[in-house]
Amino acid sequence: MNKQNLQHADAPAGTEVTELERLTRRGASRREVLRALAAAGMASITGAGLLTASGAAFAQEKPKQGGKIRVATQSASAADTLDPAKGALGTDYVRAFMVYSGLTELDSHLGAKMALAESLETKDATVWIVKLRSGVQFHDGKSLTPADVIYSLLRHKDPATASKAKTLADQIKDAKATGPNEVTITLEGANADLPVILATSHFLIIKDGTTDFKTAIGTGPFKIKDFSPGVRTVGVKNEKYWKPGLPHLDEVELIGIGDESARVNALLSGDVQLINAISPRSTGRIKGTPGFTVLETKTGQYTDLIVRDDGGISGNDDFRRGMFYLMDREQIRRAVFQGFGTIANDQPIDPTNKYYMPGIPQRPYDPDKAKFYFQKAKVGNTPVQIFASPAADGSVEMAVLLQQAAPAAGLNLQVTRVPADGYWSNHWMKHPLGFGNINARPSADVLFTQFFKSDAPWNEANWKSPKFDQMLLAARGEPDDAKRKQIYGDMQVLVHESGGVGIPMFQSSIDGYTTKLKGLGSIPLAGLMGFMFAEHVWLES
Amino acid sequence: MKAHASRLIAARLGLALLTLLIVSAVVFGITGLLPGDAAQQALGQAATPEAVTALRHQFGLDQPALQRYFEWLYLVVSGNFGTSLSNSLPVSQLIATRLPNSLMLAGLTALVSVPVALFIGISSAMFRGSLLDRVLNVLTLSTVAVPEFLIATIAVLVFAVKLRWLPALSYLSEVSSFGGLLRIYAMPVMTLCCVLVAQMARMTRAAVLDQLNASYVEMAILKGASPMRVVLRHVLPNTIGPIANAVALSLSYLFGGVVIVESIFNYPGLASLMVDAVTNRDMPLVQGCVMVFCAAYLLLVLIADLAQIVSNPRLRQR
Repeated sequence: MNKQNLQHADAPAGTEVTELERLTRRGASRREVLRALAAAGMASITGAGLLTASGAAFAQEKPKQGGKIRVATQSASAADTLDPAKGALGTDYVRAFMVYSGLTELDSHLGAKMALAESLETKDATVWIVKLRSGVQFHDGKSLTPADVIYSLLRHKDPATASKAKTLADQIKDAKATGPNEVTITLEGANADLPVILATSHFLIIKDGTTDFKTAIGTGPFKIKDFSPGVRTVGVKNEKYWKPGLPHLDEVELIGIGDESARVNALLSGDVQLINAISPRSTGRIKGTPGFTVLETKTGQYTDLIVRDDGGISGNDDFRRGMFYLMDREQIRRAVFQGFGTIANDQPIDPTNKYYMPGIPQRPYDPDKAKFYFQKAKVGNTPVQIFASPAADGSVEMAVLLQQAAPAAGLNLQVTRVPADGYWSNHWMKHPLGFGNINARPSADVLFTQFFKSDAPWNEANWKSPKFDQMLLAARGEPDDAKRKQIYGDMQVLVHESGGVGIPMFQSSIDGYTTKLKGLGSIPLAGLMGFMFAEHVWLES
Repeated sequence: MKAHASRLIAARLGLALLTLLIVSAVVFGITGLLPGDAAQQALGQAATPEAVTALRHQFGLDQPALQRYFEWLYLVVSGNFGTSLSNSLPVSQLIATRLPNSLMLAGLTALVSVPVALFIGISSAMFRGSLLDRVLNVLTLSTVAVPEFLIATIAVLVFAVKLRWLPALSYLSEVSSFGGLLRIYAMPVMTLCCVLVAQMARMTRAAVLDQLNASYVEMAILKGASPMRVVLRHVLPNTIGPIANAVALSLSYLFGGVVIVESIFNYPGLASLMVDAVTNRDMPLVQGCVMVFCAAYLLLVLIADLAQIVSNPRLRQR
């Protein structure tokens, strides 16, 4: 039994302790005690790959088979899709992971482990040889072949697919069958993160030639029984799932309830067993009701203050520094997110990430310093506009906090609140001062490439640093993990010191569930176990 | 009467087609003014200029607006509502899955609210100025003044979360018995009734009062008819016209205006489909929904007018 289990002495871990106590009380032999310890430890280790601390504590319980649950996520609309390439919202990702499997899948530290691929081998991080697991069947009985994998990967490159992952897929130069169970993927340039990228929901494997997504034939743990966009998705257990013993549940029904309080009510009234995206304000209510609890997943998601270089004052380095010193991170965490989340330091890699670099001095809330920088930048008393919208989670509150702090730093800040509808196409990255909301990305490389590289379409602050671009490419092709970590650390320092976005904190994703539901863990990509809960959970009678 | 009615129906249907045409053009124009388009919405944050251009081309959004409108119109005339841009399902199929739900909710609400409203309206008119009249007035007015999301949320808190009598969500797939039906529809229907009853009751009260002041009522009273008989036999037939119109207007709200109730109870009706469609800038779906709402509205008003004609001998004889 590991230390963590003892510290987090929640119920099941507690039973482990009692078992030990019982053994010691009746004078068990040292060997027996050791065996008990070893057994608990084994369970934790086997669980650890799958689940995190809380999950590992549960892992020693034997999962019950059967039963059905209903899960409500925050988003469902007529735009719901079964096409993994088009997935845009949490519900889509959950649905995709229910039906399809990927070549790899993410573990609790956002590393990749093998799934449909038995092995992924490379020498130079450019040419990858994928050995497919044999004996995997699609829901209709067809066996998994290299053709399916090639089709699934290359279709993202076709603009007509309207894939959300097109920019990522454009790195793939070619994918060819090089054996009956082997695919060779050639990249445009070296990328050691390919296994992680292949684990994301967009790259799940569909059947060769699929163009119609009215229903879905995958290799995943559940088969589609009913799919009506904006209403519900029902998946029934795939008896031939390639992971032995999984899934535990017979049926999972996925619905969307947009209104947060309605979602919480549905949970508390027993209509649904699991919900996601709970506002921190509701956690007390859920925990206060017997039989229900919440799970906080720390993620890399952040709402950032964008100080965009568009030729004006917002491109000035001193002005940017001043704005970041004006952010009261503690207050944002306390007042806007009720204490959930982790304080951040104006660089996008969060502490759950294996490439996180600790030890960068925290930028504090310091209006005097901000004033100094504003004076240095010669801001004067001209009013400065900042755009905020409910579309970027918490940004309206952050903008108001900034506005209140601004006079102390001699800044005349005016908040313009714009509606969520159409925010991303009409306001995001269109103003000198605004907010963005970036979901956790599966790897440091993806995050840096999409949002910080000089020529990235979503380079929010229009921040250009040739040095950064160079390091990014160097890290991407670096097969040695320790060296990679070093480069990523330097990049974090660089972004922290000279970047154009202020990242006050990383947000947590909070799930609510009935305590009868077991096996739920967290994968720091997002709530609902990084959208992959369906095959892991079971229902206690 | 038959000739008159059929003439009226024919004229109304002609007008209805014209109205639908105008409404579709207006809606098309206004949706076009909304920021962003279906391609940008579908790609969300992933909207790189290249991807947007490709998707626009795939959706046909790179064509001039007028051309797109007439293409849509041509399709509709040939009986095809097109394909939804956001999920590539036929619009008619999407509407067909939601319409029965909306009709069911509207029907049940009408079934409950109309008798209640008539009862309240007639009794407060009969006893005008009395305590009963004032109490009913205050009650109905206060229910209509409370926003429906508040009523719905409180109802859920009390009946679903605390007492656990009723489910918090309205599910259609699981209706197997009459009891199940009652349980599922109790809260949504109650919430909607709160909104509707007051309007209809007040219109009924006004219409009945109006007639109660007429000389034929005085005559009936002088002849010794009981108050009950006066109201039911003499007054009511004369108030059918205005009441039918009030009811029709209230019920038309049940199609498109119930977004809040649909979202709180997670009821898959047409209104939330349309809201999704607008959010996704899914023009064919928006148009499809608007056509259904508009047609339902026109149909209800037509029925109300027919009821007026049928109930009025003077109009009937012409």
